[in-house]
Amino acid sequence: MKPDYDIIVVGAGPAGSWTAYHAAKQGASVLMIEKRQEIGASLRCAEGISQEGLNKAGITVDKTWVSAKIAGAKLVSPHGNLLRLDERNAGNEVGLVLNRHLFDKALAAEAARAGTTIMLKTSATGLTKENGKITGIVGTSYGEPFKATAKCVVGADGYESQVGRWGGIDTSLKPNDITSCFQYRMTNIDIEEDFCEFLLGSVAPGGYAWIFPKGGDMANVGLGVLGTKLKKTGEVKEYLDRFIKKDPRLKNGQPLEAVGAAVSVSAPLDKVTADGLLLVGDAARVIDPITGGGISNGTIQGRFAGQVLGELAQSGDFSAAALQKYEKLWRDELENKLWRNWMVKEKLITLPDETLDDVIDVLSKSNISKMNVYNLLAALKERLPDLVKEFEEFI
Amino acid sequence: MRKADWMKVNVERCMHCGACVGSCPQNAIYLAEVMVEFSDACNRCKRCVKMCPVGAITMEAKA
Repeated sequence: MKPDYDIIVVGAGPAGSWTAYHAAKQGASVLMIEKRQEIGASLRCAEGISQEGLNKAGITVDKTWVSAKIAGAKLVSPHGNLLRLDERNAGNEVGLVLNRHLFDKALAAEAARAGTTIMLKTSATGLTKENGKITGIVGTSYGEPFKATAKCVVGADGYESQVGRWGGIDTSLKPNDITSCFQYRMTNIDIEEDFCEFLLGSVAPGGYAWIFPKGGDMANVGLGVLGTKLKKTGEVKEYLDRFIKKDPRLKNGQPLEAVGAAVSVSAPLDKVTADGLLLVGDAARVIDPITGGGISNGTIQGRFAGQVLGELAQSGDFSAAALQKYEKLWRDELENKLWRNWMVKEKLITLPDETLDDVIDVLSKSNISKMNVYNLLAALKERLPDLVKEFEEFI
Repeated sequence: MRKADWMKVNVERCMHCGACVGSCPQNAIYLAEVMVEFSDACNRCKRCVKMCPVGAITMEAKA
């Protein structure tokens, strides 16, 4: 029997929509399901993205989904040493703070215009298989039992990453590769409107605290703590409330939205494809292990996935062997950097506050023309030779 | 007691963010809109209790 669709995409976040768009554009029949009632809500994101990331994903900036244009980043050490980075030394790494409520809808709308069928309030709770081969999904739609068949299922189900695990791809994480996060969108705060701020050290053990401007006196103020640094339940919100109370710029602020989330900060997986199954975005664990940013890597993968799926729809062969083409494309673009950043993260999380103070102090006084790992280490070498030695092993 | 009944979620504290779901090594949790559901694959490892950013999950002692 002919399947209902060539491709079913589970999850209508940026990675899912960008996969659907590129596949549908080439004529594949695509169903994209979203278990929630609204695409882009509720938020689970700090919303920062670099211009470089958008370029690589092939996404053209539309001002309707931009909350703030960012000129640079501020790195703040535990005792207040400050490193300012702007376009001159951070290049295209500076970028935007998005309005994900609208950004996600814009990408889904592109997918729809390319021919994707979208179903909201429709979930997958399992995969259907015949003789071991994945044949589609089973779940619910508006509370009624729902089933659909396809030649290939795409797991774009975000951090939860259940589709892959149902299909035999192990996406489970160790506690040192999970960051638990809490954030408020705050108003009535006193911040620089065009600088993203990252606060390092024990304010957010194993992670960092952030202030990402959202226009005017608003910003996403949040933090993430590494799983292995958590001592008791509910601590993450407590860390954030303490941080806000202590910061004079924030203490008169009020919350407009509260956001909980977890992100993976893991090394890349060995495989994100199987017969009739492919993963993209957070579900494929391609979040940057240092920054926790995932929109650009996810949409870069989505673009590659959609292109390959669109091609394969011509022949109908979605075997693991055929999907290797996707594995190669995304790995060539992202894998080395993900590995390197994971190893750097493993080292960074061991540094005490005093060392972070020294690092930011040295960097703020050195005149780094272009920000990259090599230049950073060169600048640190004289004052912190032992530290640099440890990092050099990784690169 | 059903295995899944070990786990209690304070629905008024829960952010329905899925931090527990993706952290579960057994893939034993499902987030249905605002409801967190545990399956019998749960092995009482308490990872979800620890990872929840707001402390909405508790585990009861074995009956």
